[in-house]
Amino acid sequence: MAKKVAPKRKSKAPRKSASKPQRPAGPKPVYDKVRLPETDQGATVFRTDPLIVKDHYEIDYIHSYAEDSPFFLGLAQGKLLGSECSACHYRFATPRAYCMRCGAATRWLDLPLEGRVHTWTTCYFGSEAFLKETPFNLALVEFDGVNTLLLARLIGATEKEIRVGMPVKARFRRLAQFKPTDVYFVPADKA
Amino acid sequence: MRPVYMISGGITKFTKAEPRKSFRVMVKEAFDYALRDCSKLTVERIDGTVVSYFSDHFTRQLKAGVMAVDMCGLVPKPTIRIEGGGATGGLCFQEAWRHVASGWMDCVVAMGFETMSHVNTWKGNEFIALASDTNFDYPVGGFYTGYYAMMVVRHMHEFGTTVEQLAKVSVKNHRNALHNKWAQHHYDITVEDVRRSPMVAYPLTILDICTMSDGAAVAILASEEVAQHVCDNPVRVLGVGMGSDAMRMADRPHDDVILLKHEDPKWYRGLKYPGVHSFRAGRTACKMAYEKAAIEDPREDLDFVELHDAYTSSEIQTYEDMGLCKYGDGGKFIDQGHPELTGRIPVNPSGGLIACGHPVGATGLMQAVFAFWQLQNNIAKHNDGDATIQVRQQKGKGRRPMRGAIHSHAGTGTYVTVSILESTLA
Repeated sequence: MAKKVAPKRKSKAPRKSASKPQRPAGPKPVYDKVRLPETDQGATVFRTDPLIVKDHYEIDYIHSYAEDSPFFLGLAQGKLLGSECSACHYRFATPRAYCMRCGAATRWLDLPLEGRVHTWTTCYFGSEAFLKETPFNLALVEFDGVNTLLLARLIGATEKEIRVGMPVKARFRRLAQFKPTDVYFVPADKA
Repeated sequence: MRPVYMISGGITKFTKAEPRKSFRVMVKEAFDYALRDCSKLTVERIDGTVVSYFSDHFTRQLKAGVMAVDMCGLVPKPTIRIEGGGATGGLCFQEAWRHVASGWMDCVVAMGFETMSHVNTWKGNEFIALASDTNFDYPVGGFYTGYYAMMVVRHMHEFGTTVEQLAKVSVKNHRNALHNKWAQHHYDITVEDVRRSPMVAYPLTILDICTMSDGAAVAILASEEVAQHVCDNPVRVLGVGMGSDAMRMADRPHDDVILLKHEDPKWYRGLKYPGVHSFRAGRTACKMAYEKAAIEDPREDLDFVELHDAYTSSEIQTYEDMGLCKYGDGGKFIDQGHPELTGRIPVNPSGGLIACGHPVGATGLMQAVFAFWQLQNNIAKHNDGDATIQVRQQKGKGRRPMRGAIHSHAGTGTYVTVSILESTLA
């Protein structure tokens, strides 16, 4: 940015002509002190005793799904991927890179798209991020031939209708958000 | 490892919001309370501190631990911060125990705090839910009450536990807290009140769940030599144990029960364990603590328990993990009145987290302080003369209360600590 040129003092010189009477001595405004410019920013104050103000905080993470990436890419293609241990063949419905039992690396496993409700709940309150979605159902889904469970949303059934053991089918969002909610489950009889 | 004693403790009154005091001042007040209660202890004798607080998000002040230590006049002595979700306070207590038991230090202050009022409840729930897998759990609807609701729905399915049995835990803990001046909530409630209160996540209502709080707690641990010097009535830390489990509930295996000494494998034929109905970390922590403290049968050898009842359901699950009853019998255990103040083994005589509040980093230390006062037979001294919640000699036990367990629990059972404390009163 170009520097502003200070006004030349020369132009003020004629005012000091001897023919005009002197003004009485007194304080003059001073413009050359170092000071912060004032802004229109203020505080949101909730209380003054003690002083409680709003303190905003926001952040975007550069979140890598890293070794879990194929799971999320799979959801976008209508595939549900779990993990199978390459050594002990334990099968995980929620994928993980290494086996929690024997420590060997896992390989990707196609999960069935039908399972059963292992357990469930209906949430009427939640974290801020999900408040507007309440009430919503959470379910841990079990699959035949798979040793562990998968956490997912269950739609199409109310608190009164859901049962442990209820058959459910996987559905996928048509437009993926690359979140675990790209897959959700519905009662098998409504699928 | 050498013997370790608790020589003093202090807490602030837990409250929904304490905007007039920062975490440093709350810790300082709890510390001063502990110093006043052990007047021969001088700050010069203290070798170091262990500080616990759960989430940096609540205060948005990193390295807050040293600021609390500084406020207490304990810099430049060594200090370390401990964090492990809901078990943060219990882990802190045990880290201080290790400092002394190992011979490294002779007198250590465990101090914990949380200031959860700095965000609204829904944001606080979000911060807490970030202590679940942020790839697979949190984005699905991260909400700890939802996770615990799923666990208890399975517990109800496996064992026939009822919502009324859950509610009885809330009634009991709130009733005990009516006589605890330190408790956040003083509610005289019935099973019907619990069931009629707003549903948060089926089947847990708002009265089945602990609340968020501001507060601090301090426990001072010392070697035998220091304890004898400065304390007339120290409490021995008889044994400590800890356990862990996978962050994701979905990953929990379905295997065989880890047995305690007094248990018979025949009890559990066909039971898949831990699944999502039981806490393997809690059982592991108990097994270790019982072995270290030579507890043969917790039903006989323990006289009270202060356990992590973040939810009524997790109190019932924890009766079972601790071997106070068989797996599956937790509901019957409360029906039969065993965990009541006058029952076979009082559980949460203080009122627990449900009534006392849960400022996470302070909670496990609050349990230590209440257990310490119990074992000093000093409840009345610290409670305006009211000794109602002082545990009495139980029927069938030919001795006055001598031993208590404190149980601190994180996540859906990811870190659990159990410490056994014993009275030294003649």
